[in-house]
Amino acid sequence: MKTLLRPAISLFVLLSLVTGVLYPFLVTGVARIAFPAAAGGSLIIKDGQPIGSALIGQNFSDPKYFWGRPSATAPQPYNAAASSGSNQGPLNPALADAVKGRVEALHAADPGNQRPIPIDLVTASASGLDPHISPAAADYQAERVARARHLETKAVRQLVAANTEGRDLGVFGEARVHVLRLNLALDALAP
Amino acid sequence: MNNHAWLLLGLFMAALLLLVRPLGIYIARVMMMENHATLVSRFEVAVFRACGFQRDEDMGWLKYALALLLFNALGLLAVYSLQRLQLWLPLNPQGMVNVSPDSAFNTAVSFVTNTNWQGYGGESTMGYLVQMLGLTVQNFLSAATGIAVAIALIRGFARHSNAGIGNAWADLFRATTWILLPLSLVFALFLASQGVIQNLDAYQELTTLEVTKYDNPRLDTDGQPLKDDKGNAVTEPATTPTQTLPMGPVASQEAIKMLGTNGGGFFNANSSHPFENPTPLVNFLQMLSIFLIPGALCIAFGCIVGDERQGWTLLAAMALLFVTFAIAAIGFEQEGNPLLAQVGVGETTSVSTTALTDGNMEGKETRFGIADSALFATITTAASCGAVNSMHDSFTPLGGAVPLVMIQLGEVVFGGVGSGLYGMLIFAVLAVFIAGLMIGRTPEYLGKKIESHEMKMTSIAILATPLLVLVGTAIAVMTEAGRAGIANPGAHGFAEILYALSSAANNNGSAFAGLSVNTPFYNGLLATAMWFGRFAVIVPVLAMAGSLAAKKRIFVTAGTLPTHGPLFVTLLIGVVLLVGLLNYVPALALGPLIEHLVLWSAH
Repeated sequence: MKTLLRPAISLFVLLSLVTGVLYPFLVTGVARIAFPAAAGGSLIIKDGQPIGSALIGQNFSDPKYFWGRPSATAPQPYNAAASSGSNQGPLNPALADAVKGRVEALHAADPGNQRPIPIDLVTASASGLDPHISPAAADYQAERVARARHLETKAVRQLVAANTEGRDLGVFGEARVHVLRLNLALDALAP
Repeated sequence: MNNHAWLLLGLFMAALLLLVRPLGIYIARVMMMENHATLVSRFEVAVFRACGFQRDEDMGWLKYALALLLFNALGLLAVYSLQRLQLWLPLNPQGMVNVSPDSAFNTAVSFVTNTNWQGYGGESTMGYLVQMLGLTVQNFLSAATGIAVAIALIRGFARHSNAGIGNAWADLFRATTWILLPLSLVFALFLASQGVIQNLDAYQELTTLEVTKYDNPRLDTDGQPLKDDKGNAVTEPATTPTQTLPMGPVASQEAIKMLGTNGGGFFNANSSHPFENPTPLVNFLQMLSIFLIPGALCIAFGCIVGDERQGWTLLAAMALLFVTFAIAAIGFEQEGNPLLAQVGVGETTSVSTTALTDGNMEGKETRFGIADSALFATITTAASCGAVNSMHDSFTPLGGAVPLVMIQLGEVVFGGVGSGLYGMLIFAVLAVFIAGLMIGRTPEYLGKKIESHEMKMTSIAILATPLLVLVGTAIAVMTEAGRAGIANPGAHGFAEILYALSSAANNNGSAFAGLSVNTPFYNGLLATAMWFGRFAVIVPVLAMAGSLAAKKRIFVTAGTLPTHGPLFVTLLIGVVLLVGLLNYVPALALGPLIEHLVLWSAH
């Protein structure tokens, strides 16, 4: 045992310093120089102030904004300091109740709209910070937003299209609409 | 499965198979480095001398096992101490308080055993020093331990009439320095370029576009949430105009988290968090990086034993099992939750040309959709990674059963870095033993007779984890403290506990995360399962390596069962499934199967 102790401790200390100090500091240093914006949180800056991250969703409940995915973070939705999904199982009555409540809120904000609701608009995301909704979920809300802002629906749909991206390289992931960017564009068009 | 999902799966397998051979050959070369003349070699000799050992000193299996245990015990001590002292240490800009003893112990065991089970939420618990010097280090060293054990077992087959199975220190050093570190460095920089954060700043508070209104739970004087007469939480309306973005050295940890099949997230939401996994392209490369080294080690095995076909045979068995389960998971998730259709939710195709709005989106991210989430879930559980990009607890009953079964097969379908290969080799030994019984010949594998000692070690290695899982689950469901953690009612609640024990004992680390596990009961129970699930397999594997290395080589005759080719692949798959199913079918019937029947009859 004694003959093992010295190599065990020396090797552990050596490899800890290499992988736990040298390596992360090296990556931090290079990333700071080469990709400062991406490594710093992809912040969206307006008038010199950060107003959000391009990767992290924000909560919207005003009818004049597009709403994002429901968020299960606590205590407030889109709490970026405590990411979390709902972890509700498919048979959990709390899940059905939550979905029912979200359907009612969508109908209350847009009573005339009887189209089926896209599933991503009433189910909580995995991180609780999902910055995107599906193109279908954006289209579902376009008329409500246009009415609330006294805009042509066509103009709103154009903004949606401008903030939609397809699958990465045509195959990876899904097409999606960036909710925060879309709402910022709406504010710029018709405050 | 739709066409897109087929294309995705096809691309994934093609990319993987292209990458494993060059990396496998490289791994075989660096781990078996014997040439003293090169610059790298001279550097190694100098480092080893400074650390107090000789490179050429060969260890017997017992000494090798003691060395690994000692090395891992040091890791345990370091991770535990860093968590308990973090408030007084540097690089903690958020002033995270010291972690409780039971949680710190659980996390230390978890990261040392390559499980990376997390009872805590990263962004609200761990300062940057713990994340880097504690957790990132163990992401490397636990993976290196796995590689070392796998290489030692391979030496057992490749050597003959030899008392030693290699030098544990040299194996650990080489696996870390020449394999894990360079791959992680490249991957981490790529991740940082794509939006995975990498900094040491304090969390950033910013003003959001809209003020967030929410119901804040009221707390009593002890800080516990108040409940009314019906047991519902008492809340009061509240608003906040701000959002706090977490920061930290994420990319450097993320890279080795995937490459080392660790899976412990920097953040609570793991790889579903946009700061860990910002785009579908990054997601695809994260999936590839999980299987990369486990796949390559199969090839390295073939190279070292001098017959590459042997490696491809193991890889083929793994790939066939994996593809079958991946197709099932994607299919079940695309089916969706029939109960939600009844509350006025459905698909509209008026603008969407994708199938995104189809299927079970609860607990999934929009950018990944169904296919990339279900595929990730299968990969992360086939390998003992345990990272998640969607919440397995919210999967459909059978969609969620796929990750559970992948774990219960013993993490041999690619499996963990190193542990997947030595696990599969154990099953290969069992397969030749069963075949030997059937044809009435002494079983042999790669020129080594498989005798009673090897079969004893094989039995211990194969039966240790099911025992931990089933006994642990029984204890948890029989005790008040175990049942208190359940989040979902009915059969799903039982599945949460079964998943937790399966994940811990097989060193996976993913969870049906609704289960509240940050309690002294679960921290203790799961830490026990993780420790013995790791080392009650490693020690018998090393013992077998020792006895194999000491044996004489016997030569191939007409009566030798070929251990390559389609016949052996089929036999191997059969043995893996048979053992897995025999152990777990009753438990699975009480969980996901009942839940599936109830869900569709309720519909």
